[in-house]
Amino acid sequence: MMEPTKIAEILQASLPDCQALVSDNAGDKEHFQAEVVSSAFEGRSRIQQHRLVYQALGDHMKGDIHALALKTYTPSKWPNKA
Amino acid sequence: MSERSVQDFIKDLVTQNQVMLFMKGNKFFPACGFSAKSVQILKMNGATFETFDVLSDPDVRSGIKEFAQWPTIPQLYINGEFLGGSDIMMEMHENGELKTMIEGLSAN
Repeated sequence: MMEPTKIAEILQASLPDCQALVSDNAGDKEHFQAEVVSSAFEGRSRIQQHRLVYQALGDHMKGDIHALALKTYTPSKWPNKA
Repeated sequence: MSERSVQDFIKDLVTQNQVMLFMKGNKFFPACGFSAKSVQILKMNGATFETFDVLSDPDVRSGIKEFAQWPTIPQLYINGEFLGGSDIMMEMHENGELKTMIEGLSAN
């Protein structure tokens, strides 16, 4: 079990210029949806972008996070940018 | 299986099958929502594909994560190359990349 805000905090602390929107739509604190934007994604393939997110979450991916539906964006592609 | 032979076993599967999906359950009875979605995406794009049920083999279930340096299942391989999990499959389905790739395969 994990709070979605905790996941967002970890990502924002580990990835440069990162904004992360994390939710658990089912309310079970195990299945999450995340939209993550970071300048670290610039020039990287989707696989590499997702890997960076998984690496930042480390052992949480093997434990408290049962599933994470992931969308990654570079800052210029971020649809929610202000 | 020893750790070495698990990696070899996975390598054989992804080289011998042009489109290979590692999933939970099988294409008739997927055992997880993400695996079910992946099967559906492949079917919608007219792919001929093989699946391996990681729930049937704990060694492959952990070995596949190491093989791709990717912590989640399902995982899709085309022509031996790791393409991604269900989120990337969905993106490639929506933007048509997957269809182009699969049509390219059957043309050969």
